Amino acid sequence: MMRIECPWCGSRSEDEFLCGGQSHIARPDPAAASDDEWAAYLYQRDNPKGPHHERWLHRFGCGQWFNMARDTVSHEILAVYPMTAPKPELLDVPGGEA
Amino acid sequence: MERYSAFALLKHALGGHRHWPQAWRSPELKSQYDVVIIGGGGHGLATAYYLAKIHGISNVAVLEKGWLGGGNTGRNTAVSRSNYFYPESTRFYEHSLKAYEGLGRELNFNIMLSQIGIINLACSRHELEIFRRWATAIQVQGVDSEVLSREQIAAMVPLLNMSAGARYPVHGGFIQRRGGISRHDAVAWGYARAASNLGVDIIQNCEVTGIEVSESRVRGVRTSRGNVRTDKLGMAVAGHSTVVAAMAGVKLPIVSQTLQAMVSEPVKPCLDHVVMSPMVHCYISQSDRGEIVIGGGADTHPSYGQRGSLQSTEAVLNAAVELYPMLSRMKLMRQWGGIVDIAPDASPIVSKTPVTGFYISTGWGTGGYKAIPAGGEALAHTIAHDAPHPLVEPFSLDRFARGRLIDEGAAAGVAH
Ligand SMILES: Cc1cc2nc3c(=O)[nH]c(=O)nc-3n(C[C@H](O)[C@H](O)[C@H](O)COP(=O)(O)OP(=O)(O)OC[C@H]3O[C@@H](n4cnc5c(N)ncnc54)[C@H](O)[C@@H]3O)c2cc1C
Ligand SMILES: [Zn+2]
Repeated sequence: MMRIECPWCGSRSEDEFLCGGQSHIARPDPAAASDDEWAAYLYQRDNPKGPHHERWLHRFGCGQWFNMARDTVSHEILAVYPMTAPKPELLDVPGGEA
Repeated sequence: MERYSAFALLKHALGGHRHWPQAWRSPELKSQYDVVIIGGGGHGLATAYYLAKIHGISNVAVLEKGWLGGGNTGRNTAVSRSNYFYPESTRFYEHSLKAYEGLGRELNFNIMLSQIGIINLACSRHELEIFRRWATAIQVQGVDSEVLSREQIAAMVPLLNMSAGARYPVHGGFIQRRGGISRHDAVAWGYARAASNLGVDIIQNCEVTGIEVSESRVRGVRTSRGNVRTDKLGMAVAGHSTVVAAMAGVKLPIVSQTLQAMVSEPVKPCLDHVVMSPMVHCYISQSDRGEIVIGGGADTHPSYGQRGSLQSTEAVLNAAVELYPMLSRMKLMRQWGGIVDIAPDASPIVSKTPVTGFYISTGWGTGGYKAIPAGGEALAHTIAHDAPHPLVEPFSLDRFARGRLIDEGAAAGVAH
């Protein structure tokens, strides 16, 4: 069970939250994108083994979305940051990407 | 290979069972193979077996980073059935179930298949309506399925809470009588033994760490035991699919999540079927050892942690004790997790890729145990002919760009 630091409500238990999958996915221009590009946007995910940038919803709390960087093996939470903020640098993490 | 039989058992009994031969060889890794398969789970081993058996290609290696069946093949709840919804799926899974029915004889290995029947419980009137549609769709495709009334289910599953105040009232359901369970380790070991006997090299403790690609063609793999040249590479690594495919520069529409299962202490026989309750996220059966085997839905966040989160355990067990109150007084003996590879439409991907000579079998997610014979046969055909087996043509990687998804979320997502 993870303890997650909601930016608005503080530290709460995992079962109040819902993971919304990979974050920072840019939507291509629907008129200009090829079928392959559009399919990649809809379906392809990084799915890394290690640090992952993802969206979370505090479903049974404030109802807000926010971003989190989390290790998908240890489940350690590496950073919590607002929805519109850029990816934080994860330099102190072995194998961490920017 | 020494055949297993009643006679062999008797003969070895006289020797105190001290002289049974090894079930499969443990050869040294060679520097070149016609085909290399990454992943020694059910799918990788079955693929190697059918390459040798059907296509006569036996200069094949199966590379497994841990031990045979140590991935999801040895962690699942061993349910086989073919009651999916869409014809593409039903055709494929029915082929697999038929193969299971003869697999013990085919491999000369007792896989302990028990076709005890799989019951789906409808816990609301609306769910029962959907089940009628589902059961009829399956019948139309020539696969056995039968709608059951509440009274029939009460007689078949005495453990169920059928009281007036039950939190999850049972409105009815449907059954596939040919569905059932088998011994998962035996499926891995049986394929390994039969493949090894046909000349396939099975190399355990051998992790693939890189894939050599030049001019968009596979040239070989790098492993923890040295480099291997090959023109044809098959991948069957379940939860590690995106990690391994990335070594060849291929991106996949797959997310890895943990699916867990658990077993109770063993008790006398008290449950004669596999009973699923798709809306309540819990399914149970009783193993030959007497344990009640309990499974449910996958954890909801991406994960490579092979353990499972407490909240999922709690949710599954809450449902289990509500539906089957006698379970509340039993001890839970073990709980574990496996990393499952989930595609957006909850259907598998058995396919060629943009890299020539690189073939993948993935997206088996929460339900690929039942698919091992057909999945292995299909991947072997795809590798041997460099063209998809007819059964898996609809399950190609390019279906996502073509918008031809096979959305089995309802039939495959929760039930296994
Ligand atoms: C708890 C649970 C319950 C389930 N219940 C059912 C069920 O009742 N019915 C059903 O049909 N399905 C069920 N499933 C799903 C089923 O277990 C899987 O879909 C199926 O076993 C997948 O087989 P596989 O051979 O593709 O993968 P695996 O058996 O996981 O084999 C993949 C192998 O690849 C190896 N590997 C990974 N990376 C590398 C590398 N770089 N180099 C070398 N080797 C590597 C791994 O060590 C692993 O042994 C369940 C799964 C789980 C976790
Ligand atoms: Zn909050």
